[in-house]
Amino acid sequence: MNNPYFDLLMFARGPLFDLALLVFVAGILIRIVEILVLGRKKDFSKAKGKPVQQGIKTIFTRTLPRPGAIKANPITIVGGYVFHIGFFIAFLLFVPHIALIEALTGLSWPGVGRVIIESATVIAVIAGLALLYTRWKDPVRRKLTTWVDYLVLILSLLPLITGYVAVNKLFGDPTFMMALHILSVDILMIVFPFTKLMHAFTFAMARYYNGSIQGRKGAES
Amino acid sequence: MSSSPLLPKMMKAHGVSRRSFLKYCASLTSLMALPPAMAPRIAHALETAPRPSVIWLSFQECTGCTEAITRSSAPSLEELIFDSISLDYHHTLQAASGYAAEQAREEAMKEHHGKYLVIVDGSIPLDEPGFSAIAGISNLDMLKETAEGAAAIVSVGTCAAYGGLPQANPNPTGAVAVSDIIKDKPIINVPGCPPIPMVMTAVLAHYLTFGIPDLDELGRPKAFFAESIHDRCYRRPFYDKGLFAESFDDAGARAGWCLYKLGCKGPTTKSVCATVKWNDSTSFPIEAGHGCLGCTEPDFWDNGGFYKPLSAPAGEYRRMGQAALVAGVAAGIGGGYLAKKNKAKAQADHETVDAFTLEKEESES
Amino acid sequence: MSATAERGVNALREQIDAPVASFFSSCVSCGLCADACIFFQETQDPQYTPIRKVELLRRVWENEYTLFGRVKSMLGLGNTITEEDFTEMERLVYDSCTMCGRCTMVCPVGNDITMMIRKMREGMSAAGHAPVELIGAAKRHTKGNSPMGDLSKAIQSQVKHAIADTGIDIEFDKAGVDYLVILSAQEIAEYPEVIGAMAQIFAKAGVTWTISSEAFEATNVGVQIGNRDVAKYLVTRVVEAAEKLGVKKVISPECGHAYQALRWEGPNLIGREYGFEVVHIIELLDQLRAEGKLKTSGKDTDKITFHDPCQINRRGGINKEPRRLLNMVAENFVETDDAGTMNWCCSAGGGVGANERAGDLKNAAFQLKKRQFEKVAPDKIVTMCAFCHHTLENALEDNDMDIEVAGLTEMMAEYLDDED
Ligand code: SF4
Ligand code: SF4
Ligand code: SF4
Ligand code: SF4
Ligand code: SF4
Repeated sequence: MNNPYFDLLMFARGPLFDLALLVFVAGILIRIVEILVLGRKKDFSKAKGKPVQQGIKTIFTRTLPRPGAIKANPITIVGGYVFHIGFFIAFLLFVPHIALIEALTGLSWPGVGRVIIESATVIAVIAGLALLYTRWKDPVRRKLTTWVDYLVLILSLLPLITGYVAVNKLFGDPTFMMALHILSVDILMIVFPFTKLMHAFTFAMARYYNGSIQGRKGAES
Repeated sequence: MSSSPLLPKMMKAHGVSRRSFLKYCASLTSLMALPPAMAPRIAHALETAPRPSVIWLSFQECTGCTEAITRSSAPSLEELIFDSISLDYHHTLQAASGYAAEQAREEAMKEHHGKYLVIVDGSIPLDEPGFSAIAGISNLDMLKETAEGAAAIVSVGTCAAYGGLPQANPNPTGAVAVSDIIKDKPIINVPGCPPIPMVMTAVLAHYLTFGIPDLDELGRPKAFFAESIHDRCYRRPFYDKGLFAESFDDAGARAGWCLYKLGCKGPTTKSVCATVKWNDSTSFPIEAGHGCLGCTEPDFWDNGGFYKPLSAPAGEYRRMGQAALVAGVAAGIGGGYLAKKNKAKAQADHETVDAFTLEKEESES
Repeated sequence: MSATAERGVNALREQIDAPVASFFSSCVSCGLCADACIFFQETQDPQYTPIRKVELLRRVWENEYTLFGRVKSMLGLGNTITEEDFTEMERLVYDSCTMCGRCTMVCPVGNDITMMIRKMREGMSAAGHAPVELIGAAKRHTKGNSPMGDLSKAIQSQVKHAIADTGIDIEFDKAGVDYLVILSAQEIAEYPEVIGAMAQIFAKAGVTWTISSEAFEATNVGVQIGNRDVAKYLVTRVVEAAEKLGVKKVISPECGHAYQALRWEGPNLIGREYGFEVVHIIELLDQLRAEGKLKTSGKDTDKITFHDPCQINRRGGINKEPRRLLNMVAENFVETDDAGTMNWCCSAGGGVGANERAGDLKNAAFQLKKRQFEKVAPDKIVTMCAFCHHTLENALEDNDMDIEVAGLTEMMAEYLDDED
């Protein structure tokens, strides 16, 4: 006799995770290596500033918004921060997740308690919904957004929601909800390399290039 | 054995006071998650119920289940329950063997046709009848034959309930659970490897008093299999606080921190181990410092390793990851190379313009 | 598709490199770049969101520069470029972008959108979709020696005036001097006082310089159109003249895009380092100040504010220098909001000023500047780009604002210390 929920959980943890990992890792590498191989031409202009240093600096400094930006786009910026921070707290500081990362990479660090994890999750979900709302309502964002963008945002929220439901046994069989949680992560990993989720890796390159282009001229970035 | 002596007589014979009998009934009541008011009814039912005939079949098993049910401490209330039934066949326990034993079974089947209870421990091999047979009768035949006239079947142990250890990958005997073969009889699954003795006896008591209990989708009595170990685990506060033992002998383990990272399957395992406990309610595996193996769940042998955290991937992820690294870099270089070639071609095709050829050509080509 | 459109797609193809690929990979469609753009700010029209202006470049990248996009194209799912696409993009790429670089500063993932718009213009121009006025200017500059046509006579007479006004001799084509001065057509035609101003400052500071009678024009309409062939052709004139004269440095004048063209794009257009250095006039003045060779006396008591030309400050890195200089001569210097690196464009850079079709957009954009100036209410606006100077002067007049506009070099010359 089988427990179909358990089988689903094992499928999500087993073969599907393997496939997801393959697509995720290979896909991301393809996209990053592809960019790097493309390279850029040597710049013959005589540098005034320090392109490399400023490039590296910009990777970090661009994290902060320019003065006034928050007032103009509160939902996008505050929502964006909260979503990212909440997501990463829930993802990186929940011990079962650390156990997963440890299994994959051998790296491990201490986690935090459930109150923090769950508050972060709830707040991240609210922020994500707010981002979804402004994407839909704001004419600028609405015009920029493709159906894939909506999908990606929803797919990024699903692991948070299913994880919360599973851990708190809000509804459904907990094993089934846990299976759905892992399934949602598998799917997120699979779509990752094909969508804007790639920004999670390429943003550093983009910021570096921006900083180095401006830095060469001695301009701010 | 057909004349079933009623329970009070038996109790007296065993020197059990009425007081301790009622206490036992009360604890059964709470164990079965029934309202306390039900205790007298249970007592009454147990006292007046005729002892039904029970045939205990053991197939591909390790005797752990039988051991468990018999290893109960004195005063053996479990034993008492045994006496409230008529165990007509149990080839491990009975003195008779071979032809005589089988005759006892056949007699009981004939005499109590349609009323006897079958208890099974162990799984049934389907690949080859000869893998497991008793008195020349294959497990499959014996089960089918015996089940035919049964009122109900109780599958004790994960082997009988879900296939258990014999079914573990690669399942060399083609082992299956009772419920995979018998489809037309009520089956109560009491999984566990082995199940908690108190749970086994309580389920029998329930059967005797109220008939078939409420079962979950896996055929388990809801009274004992509704909550997960994790729901009731005394280490749960550590889990909630994010305090986890990293190895079996670290400070965290000594301080009693959560065993999740050491592979505890409590969160996905339904059983009352954390509340009813083992060995006369002395303790249970997690209390002894070891994570739950998930023994009341189907396929618990194959759920990714006993010492692997529940959240860790369970498949061939290491090989996959390495393959992905190599494939990703190679395909990336390939893709980059194609892109570079594309650009080189574009540059070779560059048509130099000047101010006078900047305007759009009017004639479409 | 026409042959020119084909040429346009090929030009876009040539423009894609790792930075572009990383930018498109990173864009999260957050729309934050919209608020940075003066055209969106003043129209609130979402089509002016900066990242939308590079859509065709994005398509080429996706279809031809990504493995996944190639597969998509092979399955017939690629989004190819049509002649109509080029036509549609004209208003976004040329009319509603001054190449000001503000979007590049705010994008949270760090996309240099302005640089990509510059690249978009390569495709647009090769496809034959550059604004006619800019093409006209390119023709005039190619045939003659400036986008305004042949200015040889004009420069000769302006230099003569300057000599007469200042009593300082200015020699054309003098070999062996340290500096070659080039000028923007705007200065030669509209603000020739700057020649005398430089002559006075340089005379005091002991700077030796000359003007080339062949290549005196600094502007480069090729950069504004976004066509590297044209830009290369025009910049080569200056490079050759400078190298022939053997000067150590070429002074890029008060002109934003000329500075971009000569200092930052030029070496890459010709594919080698120059045999000389390029220095912006304001950088040079600030250096002379630091060396004690530029001394002033007296100060302007007017309320003065400063307009940062996008190409010189935000995209050129010259931010503190003009402020140090201005503080020497202005008693009452007040900054506008967002002054410095995040200053708003004059509303007509990047070829918008010459583009008649963009007139309404330009006026709309100026309203932002107008509000900023009204808040400060200066008597005078100083800047360091003749084109900003020209734009502001005209726009202020059109908006009935009585504010004087001045060039910084001129202003420095005005308060030059006459002693010793
Ligand atoms: S369930 Fe476990 S204890 Fe019972 S027979 Fe099977 S292996 Fe043995
Ligand atoms: S030890 Fe196991 S059952 Fe107990 S809290 Fe930890 S994970 Fe849950
Ligand atoms: S703690 Fe888990 S593995 Fe241990 S007996 Fe209970 S259910 Fe089975
Ligand atoms: S460069 Fe300036 S004008 Fe052009 S799109 Fe960006 S912000 Fe707008
Ligand atoms: S600000 Fe950057 S990431 Fe956001 S839409 Fe514009 S280009 Fe994309």
